[in-house]
Amino acid sequence: MTLCIEVRHRLGSFLLDARFETSGGLVAVFGRSGAGKTSLINVIAGLIWPDEGRVTIDGIDLVDTSRGILVPRHRRRIGYVFQEGRLFPHLTVRQNLLYGRWFAPHPHTHGDLNRVVAMLGLGHVLERRPGRLSGGEKQRVAIGRALRASPRLLLMDEPLASLDEARKAEILPYIERLRDEAQVPVVYVSHSVAEVARLASTVVLMSEGKVVACGPAREVMHRLDLLPLVGGAEAGAIVEVTIERHDERFGLTELRSAAGVWRLPRLPAPLGTRLRLRVRARDVMIAMSPPADVSALNVLPGLVADIGAGEGPLAEVRLDCNGEVLLASLTRYSIERLGLAKGVPVFALVKSIALDRHALGGTAGAEAGDEAEAFSLHRP
Amino acid sequence: MSWIPLSPEEWTAVRLSLRVAVVASFVSLPFGIATAMVLARGRFWGHTLLNAVVFLPLILPPVVTGYLLLILFGRRGLIGAFLADHFGIVFSFRWTGAALACGVMGFPLMVRAIRLSIESVDSRLEEAAGTLGANRPWIFLTVTLPLIVPGILAGTVLCFAKAMGEFGATITFVSNIPGETQTLASAIYTYTQVPGGDAGALRLTLVSIAVSMLALLASELMARFANKRLDAQ
Repeated sequence: MTLCIEVRHRLGSFLLDARFETSGGLVAVFGRSGAGKTSLINVIAGLIWPDEGRVTIDGIDLVDTSRGILVPRHRRRIGYVFQEGRLFPHLTVRQNLLYGRWFAPHPHTHGDLNRVVAMLGLGHVLERRPGRLSGGEKQRVAIGRALRASPRLLLMDEPLASLDEARKAEILPYIERLRDEAQVPVVYVSHSVAEVARLASTVVLMSEGKVVACGPAREVMHRLDLLPLVGGAEAGAIVEVTIERHDERFGLTELRSAAGVWRLPRLPAPLGTRLRLRVRARDVMIAMSPPADVSALNVLPGLVADIGAGEGPLAEVRLDCNGEVLLASLTRYSIERLGLAKGVPVFALVKSIALDRHALGGTAGAEAGDEAEAFSLHRP
Repeated sequence: MSWIPLSPEEWTAVRLSLRVAVVASFVSLPFGIATAMVLARGRFWGHTLLNAVVFLPLILPPVVTGYLLLILFGRRGLIGAFLADHFGIVFSFRWTGAALACGVMGFPLMVRAIRLSIESVDSRLEEAAGTLGANRPWIFLTVTLPLIVPGILAGTVLCFAKAMGEFGATITFVSNIPGETQTLASAIYTYTQVPGGDAGALRLTLVSIAVSMLALLASELMARFANKRLDAQ
């Protein structure tokens, strides 16, 4: 799937002026509230007709204002999972799921009803009406309903925003399975660093109606100049790891990455499972020599690659740990005191308990052609 | 039904009233839904004018409405002549005319109830149906229509009730002919105009109350059923 967008659209005093091009996997449209993310995917879905611009999927023009092309929304075959679900209250879950079947040109592209029901774990609620579902169940039905219409692209507008942490944890694995098993290209709108770090293969970063950056998730998330936009305290590095060993005595799991070995509280996953670890910049400490008497279990050698410019008491430091990127948020005082500069060898220290479960997610589909099974800690 | 002490003429009036009210409310239903849809969703020049025309019978003296119908739909009226010549539909001094008068008088109530119901439908649901591949007619049939069923029921019952009670426009348009255009209301009116008609007027009044109560109860039950289907929503 290649998606190519170039739009200008005025909404009151807000100007959406976005262009980007991306292909395959899960594309996260990321940015603060009011950055124009939802407007952008509404243009893709056909809910907004842009003043001018072009939207092309796999070479098919959906919008091209210069040639007067505006495919109506019901002929675009673009699934949309709305923030509030928008299930039909007068229909049962089964009828909601089947709604798109009347209109889908290729009814079984993304599996039959049974497969969708199994993948989303909806077997026990099929005969209920949406009024009797929990928030998490509603969102899963909304995902299933959009899938059943055999979309060429699935749009998800902050599908987790209205849910509490437990419900989020319940849905995230299903979205990973969607990405990895159903192989549907997804454009996922979010303002949550955790979700983007966990799910995205590509990130489109938006700010004030414009696309600021677009590229592979780790590249965009690791750019120091973009960190303020990426989300301040939540910003961090995304590290690819593989489960190498379970330490039964202390209940720890050892993870292998290019940067070195990570130790975390025991993960309920088999050896060899590949995961994404999000290491928040504020959880990383810097030492100039390997500390002997320190409780932190994760001590990783690396070189200072870059130091964020700007004013203020804090600055971000990017480390190159044998090819793997780590970010550390430090005071400018510490940077000067330690004499940090590009190329200086340092040690990054991270407490194991700072790496919580929410920092983890399966990676299988994040890299194209990866054969590994999708894994999730929250899979029921 | 000998346990209800009504004379054959009175039974005729009751049956005629029911027939007129049922025909009036069901024939105007599709037009009512269409008009409500246009008023609730349409944005066009003349919107306010259409709204005014639809609601006019509610404000005009019924005699005026009846007289206008006579002018337009009478045997020599603009529309009446056309319908009679081309389709053989005659309104003047027929029960169909009574149904037309009742339908016109009940129409604003019906449209208002359905319009409110359409306006309360979350249009984002219709948007969602669009992204699932449904075009406008399908969205209307599968999403909008089922969601406004309570409003349609309420509107139909209101129109039916108005038709059962309609008097002024009917008597002006189609007069008060026993067996043809004499409805319950006109029959009661006739009774009150003759000496010793009190007992007859009272009997028909009780019938009128009974019919209205039944209609209201039925609508209440149907609305409850419709809401139950939507669960907690």
